[in-house]
Amino acid sequence: MSSSSKFGRMEGFLRDRRDSGSKLLVAYITGGYEGWEAAVEAAAAGGADAIEIGIPFSDPVMDGPVIQKASQAALDAGASPGSVLSAVPNLDTGVPHAVMTYYNLAHHAGHERFAATLANSAIDAAILPDLPLVESGPWREAAAVAGIETIMLAAPTTPEERLPELCEASKGFVYAVGLLGVTGERANLASTAIEIAGRCKQVTDKPVLTGVGIGSPEQAVEACSIADGVIIGSAVVRRLLEGGGAEGVGELVASYRNALDAG
Amino acid sequence: MVMADPNEEGRFGEFGGRFVPETLIPACEELEAAFREAWHDQAFVEEFHQILTDFGGRPSALTECYRLSEQLGVRVLLKREDLNHTGSHKINNVIGQALLARRMGKTRLVAETGAGQHGVATATAAALLDMECKVYMGEVDMARQELNVFRMQLLGAEVESVSSGSKTLKDAVNEALRDWVATVENTHYCLGSVMGPHPYPWMVRTFHHIIGDEAHEQCLSLMQRVPDVVVACVGGGSNAAGIFSGFANTDARLVGVEPAGGAAVGRGVPGVVHGMISYLMQDEDGQVQEAESISAGLDYPGVGPEHAYLASIGRAEYPSVTDEEVVKAFQRLSRTEGIIPALESAHALAWVIREAASLQGQVVLLNLSGRGDKDVDQMMDVLGPGKDQ
Ligand SMILES: Cc1ncc(COP(=O)(O)O)c(C=O)c1O
Repeated sequence: MSSSSKFGRMEGFLRDRRDSGSKLLVAYITGGYEGWEAAVEAAAAGGADAIEIGIPFSDPVMDGPVIQKASQAALDAGASPGSVLSAVPNLDTGVPHAVMTYYNLAHHAGHERFAATLANSAIDAAILPDLPLVESGPWREAAAVAGIETIMLAAPTTPEERLPELCEASKGFVYAVGLLGVTGERANLASTAIEIAGRCKQVTDKPVLTGVGIGSPEQAVEACSIADGVIIGSAVVRRLLEGGGAEGVGELVASYRNALDAG
Repeated sequence: MVMADPNEEGRFGEFGGRFVPETLIPACEELEAAFREAWHDQAFVEEFHQILTDFGGRPSALTECYRLSEQLGVRVLLKREDLNHTGSHKINNVIGQALLARRMGKTRLVAETGAGQHGVATATAAALLDMECKVYMGEVDMARQELNVFRMQLLGAEVESVSSGSKTLKDAVNEALRDWVATVENTHYCLGSVMGPHPYPWMVRTFHHIIGDEAHEQCLSLMQRVPDVVVACVGGGSNAAGIFSGFANTDARLVGVEPAGGAAVGRGVPGVVHGMISYLMQDEDGQVQEAESISAGLDYPGVGPEHAYLASIGRAEYPSVTDEEVVKAFQRLSRTEGIIPALESAHALAWVIREAASLQGQVVLLNLSGRGDKDVDQMMDVLGPGKDQ
């Protein structure tokens, strides 16, 4: 039986793929950055199992220099939640979409309204990195009512006793933050990446994906020795910033896909 | 009781909380526990007060402004935080946090700074307690507060320029938070105002409570009563919270003065940034707006959550003054009382001058949060050397 009936679209989709033996690959692209729509489609065509679309925010505290730069450029070009979200239904990807943004945009719009807007914009899930478990209850409830899965982040510092509750609250997948720090590629995979994914896997059967600090297909493969998959963000966005365009993004994502499939 | 402890979720009414990445939640919890424990430890509290006395120069004086009072028809008393070591109230909070950081086994302090006063104070505490120190400062602020940049460097701190966003205090906070997310195991984030995630707003206010306590006592011995009005400038709101806390449960009127270009309370729209829910200047989508003020220390689009609460229950009021009024007040205090105030503190005075007609015969206690040495360079550009001041 397909798991998609029991879970939200994102979680059902990722569970099915995982259970069929595949490692999962999620690609992040900053919405509103020049050429982002074609890049999203190229990432999906390149083999991403889901796409994370960033809605640029003025104060992205969880982001390193690469994503900050793309966000600022998008904002300078006039990107807004409305302009990004209204474009998503027209994107041809065939995979689930999550938004990744910061909590104030949801707070300012109002939880119900923001969640409904997401649901009406072909968005399945939301990642709000500055909304920790302790503050997340009201948003998660409103999101669930609208059919939006809230993906929670588990950090290397998250204590043992909180992890089961956090994984339980998370819908779509569990985002295992691979290192102490903000988004950005690193020369080597942090030891914390393996550790936190392993700790999550012990307390949940939801897909566990490692993100933050994955900078090469080799690192992705290494992370997937434990995790069900990886999220790549800065590596993808850097391609865009360097002028690689949709084609560059497609090639990059495909290189990760091939590495993961080859194991 | 007004200005009591926040609730268990770190809220003052609906304001406050802990809106930081999951990575930092354990650090906030550890800090809260350490602070609660330390503040109940008499030895810690004694060391805190000892350093503020021997090193910081407390208690700070209460100064009667004879000439200005006569001109305005308002009796103006200044709480002289400008006389503290390093030149502002910031040292109170920083000594408290640095002692706490050491007690928690942290070896490194990071801080954000706007005017550079908090950065200088943090660099000073780090030198005193032999800790590593890094201060984030917006590019715009580094240019207009050059002197403080050099002071921090002299004190052994590394000053890192922040060129994202507005290139001022707001973005320096972002950068300090990013540093802390990566270094939380050995680093304490020494936040400079009553803002950020719980327990900061409460803890920082507690370390500044001494301003209000001293002033209350000084007023009683001077006039056997409390003032009619207590006024302070508000950036994040730490000097205001410090002095307000000494009078919150009296009849004194509490006035926090914001810059016109950074009137977070004045606009009254709640939002979430820098770990807290509070009043926040933002656009129709919820993007945080850039503040614009002549004073780097008040150039901040948010405000501490307890001030949002005090405003919402009507216990304190938060008018704003323009840059022009501030420059006039800056000059006037220099001329009439021989005290060059920080541009931040001049905001409080600008309000008193503007409202003098409605304050006739009243006693106003003004928190002179800092001295103006750091602003002299900037004022030379505004006023021009040799111009008739
Ligand atoms: C002298 C002085 N007063 C006031 C402030 C504003 O901070 P707060 O509102 O936290 O007192 C600053 C900040 O840099 C300052 O240097």
